[in-house]
Amino acid sequence: MESFLLILITGIGLGALYFLLASGLSLIFGLMGVLNFAHGAFLTVGAYIGLWVSTKIMTGGSTLTLIAAMLIGGIGAGIFAIIVEQLVITRLYERHIDQALVTVGVSLVTAAVLGGWFSKDPLMIPTPKWFFNATNVGGAAIQQDRFLYIAVALFLLLLFISILQFTRIGLVIRAGVENRSMVTALGINVRLAFSTVFFMGGFAAGIGGVLIGAYIGGVTPHMSASWLIYGFIVVVIGGPGSLGGSALAALLIGVTQQFANFYLTGLGDFVVVLLLVLVLLLKPEGLLGKAKS
Amino acid sequence: MSTLSLRDVEVTLNGSHILQGVSFDVPENKVTALLGRNGVGKSTTLKAIMGLYPSTGTITHLDKNISDLPTYKIVRRGVGYIPEDREIFATLSVKENLALAVRDSDPNYELAYSLFPELMQRSHQRAGTLSGGQQQMVAIARALLNKNSILIIDEPTKGLAPKLVTAVAAALHTVAGESTMLIVEQNLSLIKRISEHLIVMDQGRVIFEGSPDNLHDESFIKSMLGVSAGGK
Repeated sequence: MESFLLILITGIGLGALYFLLASGLSLIFGLMGVLNFAHGAFLTVGAYIGLWVSTKIMTGGSTLTLIAAMLIGGIGAGIFAIIVEQLVITRLYERHIDQALVTVGVSLVTAAVLGGWFSKDPLMIPTPKWFFNATNVGGAAIQQDRFLYIAVALFLLLLFISILQFTRIGLVIRAGVENRSMVTALGINVRLAFSTVFFMGGFAAGIGGVLIGAYIGGVTPHMSASWLIYGFIVVVIGGPGSLGGSALAALLIGVTQQFANFYLTGLGDFVVVLLLVLVLLLKPEGLLGKAKS
Repeated sequence: MSTLSLRDVEVTLNGSHILQGVSFDVPENKVTALLGRNGVGKSTTLKAIMGLYPSTGTITHLDKNISDLPTYKIVRRGVGYIPEDREIFATLSVKENLALAVRDSDPNYELAYSLFPELMQRSHQRAGTLSGGQQQMVAIARALLNKNSILIIDEPTKGLAPKLVTAVAAALHTVAGESTMLIVEQNLSLIKRISEHLIVMDQGRVIFEGSPDNLHDESFIKSMLGVSAGGK
């Protein structure tokens, strides 16, 4: 039972990190049809800004420092996302191959610049003392950072759902996911919605970058590479454009991966790919995605 | 005076030269019907006006060339658009569909709900679960919330049951009295009732511009539209 609880909560924590990366990716693809491989760069930029805040601006590895690193890292990554959108992506709408190539390029350039500026070696984000302490849950010793990942992901999920459900820009985004050209035919400048989505996506990825940096034990220029793959898998399984779908898929993948790693001796990645294949075969629009008519 | 003028408008899509120099005027405060056989470019003309398809030539709205404006700016000038196939937002509620369309500070919900009282009762229902006729009501109501100098309407009764055609036609008839409209419609009886100016297209060009009185002439209908008077 202790092992079960440990794996379950660790899996949910991992799923929370996947969600932070995938939520923006899903909205950006769902609303704009943009294959944004630069999304991993948003994560990395957020992580380095968080690192800079927690080592140069504030010191001591306190809880406050970590919160500031997440917030400023998130905002910085959000602004970086808008810059990438305005400078690069607005010129490439409907050109999927060009989008993929150019955004991969942005990712590589960003990694090279960050590597040259900071270091190519892993740099530790200072964390509070409680971060890696264990808490007893039903007999299982759970590392406390997992609860932070879950809380942050839940907070962002609720924040994004509130923005989407209760604000005018959210209404425009939801409508745009469904039928972008009709939104413009109602006199709405859908570009503003696009930039908002890029900021939201960059913000979540930036916060995710700080937390992932802490989780994997160091920030590196290429830290987002493997995470971005999982981000895309979450988007496909959850359904592009569906925030709830991303949350559900991230949870499913995180938990399945952890259980498979434990009970099938390290086959977690294989089982996740199997899950992806099953969803593509049985429900190609994703768990909560809308089938294209 | 014309609210809208097209001069030598051409549209090429995927290598097909669909509009080949379309020119006509939409007079102010009149309902202009755009007729023609299927596939002659009527809907393409409307989409070109709305900036949804790239075009060459000149499209003038209230003395300003709008050819190069993005769609949202054309709409904000007071060009209301009701597309073919409704294009309502299926996952949004009726209320949200209407709220999304609001541009004016004092949207005319009274007019929309007086024409389609059903929409008020169904305001919290997902638009995707409405019948085709109710979806068309949402599409029309959406355009009527704002003050428009012209309404561009693409086949409003297409695919509707006869009873709903009557309801939609009655609503358009009510609005027609005080609006400038450019309407594409296959239902000739509706066109006879509301139109005051007639344009007929064939093979991407305008082949007739004049009075809708011609629609009472069987030979005109047959030669221009390829159908008998009761055929559409």
